[in-house]
Amino acid sequence: MARVVVDVMLKPEILDPQGKAVQGALGRLGFEGVTSVRQGKRFEIELAGPATPEAVAEIERAASTLLANPVIEDFTIHVESGAEV
Amino acid sequence: MRIGVVTFPGSLDDRDAGRAVRVAGGEAVALWHGDADLHGVDAVVLPGGFSYGDYLRCGAIARFAPVMQPLVDAARGGLPVLGICNGFQTLCESHLLPGALIRNDHRKFVCRDQRLRVESTATAWTSGYEQGQEIVVPLKNGEGGFVADQRTLDELEAEGRVVVRYLDDNPNGSYRDIAGITNARGNVVGLMPHPEHAVESLTGPTTDGLGFFTSVLEGLIRA
Repeated sequence: MARVVVDVMLKPEILDPQGKAVQGALGRLGFEGVTSVRQGKRFEIELAGPATPEAVAEIERAASTLLANPVIEDFTIHVESGAEV
Repeated sequence: MRIGVVTFPGSLDDRDAGRAVRVAGGEAVALWHGDADLHGVDAVVLPGGFSYGDYLRCGAIARFAPVMQPLVDAARGGLPVLGICNGFQTLCESHLLPGALIRNDHRKFVCRDQRLRVESTATAWTSGYEQGQEIVVPLKNGEGGFVADQRTLDELEAEGRVVVRYLDDNPNGSYRDIAGITNARGNVVGLMPHPEHAVESLTGPTTDGLGFFTSVLEGLIRA
C-alpha cells in the first residue's frame, strides 16, 4: 500500500477568484501581511500495491487526463513520505 | 432532420434544448450519457446544467461519459455540435474547443438577459444570422469566465473563430468579452449564453436564439 499525492494549482496567469475571496476574508479577520492567496486541489490516492515508477507514471497519466486541466492548471506528484516504495 | 440532445446526470436545460429544436422545425432525439451511441442523429446539442454536480471542474467528468467518445469522433469528422453553458465547458474539457471556463471574476452567479453581437456567421450554428447582428438571450452561470493563453486568443480572433461577444458589461470576466467560439471547421460551437431559452416570446426575452437551431437545420437540408 502506498499513497500518492497530486497537487493541482491554477497556472499563475489564470485569475483565481476563490483565492481572492479567501484573501479578502483574511484581511477582514485581521490577518495582516497577506499579499496573495491561491487556492488549489490536493488528491490523496491510495494504491493497492507499492508506488513503483510504473504506478507513479500511471498516476501522472491520470493527473494530466482527469485530475488537472493542462489548459489552465499545473500539477505536481509526490509519494507520501513513510510509504513504502 | 434529427438533432440529438444529451442528458447527463445534472443536466438542466435538455428539455428546453429539445423544445428549441422542435420550434425550429427539427426532430429532437434524447441521447443518454451512458449510451455510447449517437443513434444516427444529424447534429448534437450538449445542454446547460451541472453535469456530475460540477465536481472536479465543470464538464470534466461529463467529458468521459460513454456518449462522449462517439461524439468526439463524429465532431472531428464534421458533425455539427453545439455546447451551451455546461455543454461549452464540456467541449473545452474534451479539447474540441480551445481554452477553458473558470469562476466568474466577480465571484457571483449571474442571471440576466444578455446583449451579444454575432461575430461569425461562418459556422453550422450561426449561418442564419447577419454578420454583426445584435441579439439578446438569457445568460446564467457561475463559472463562465472564458480564458485561454494570448496566442490562442490571437488565433481565435485572426481566424474569425469568435462566434459571439458580450456587449455592455462583461458578465463574467471572459477574456476579450468572448461569449462563444468555434473550431477551425465551424461545425463545433460553444457559448455560455442560452439561445434555447429565447425561442418563443411567451417564455423568452426575445426569439433571437432560434437562429442557432434554424441555422443548423437549414445547413443540413442544403447538404
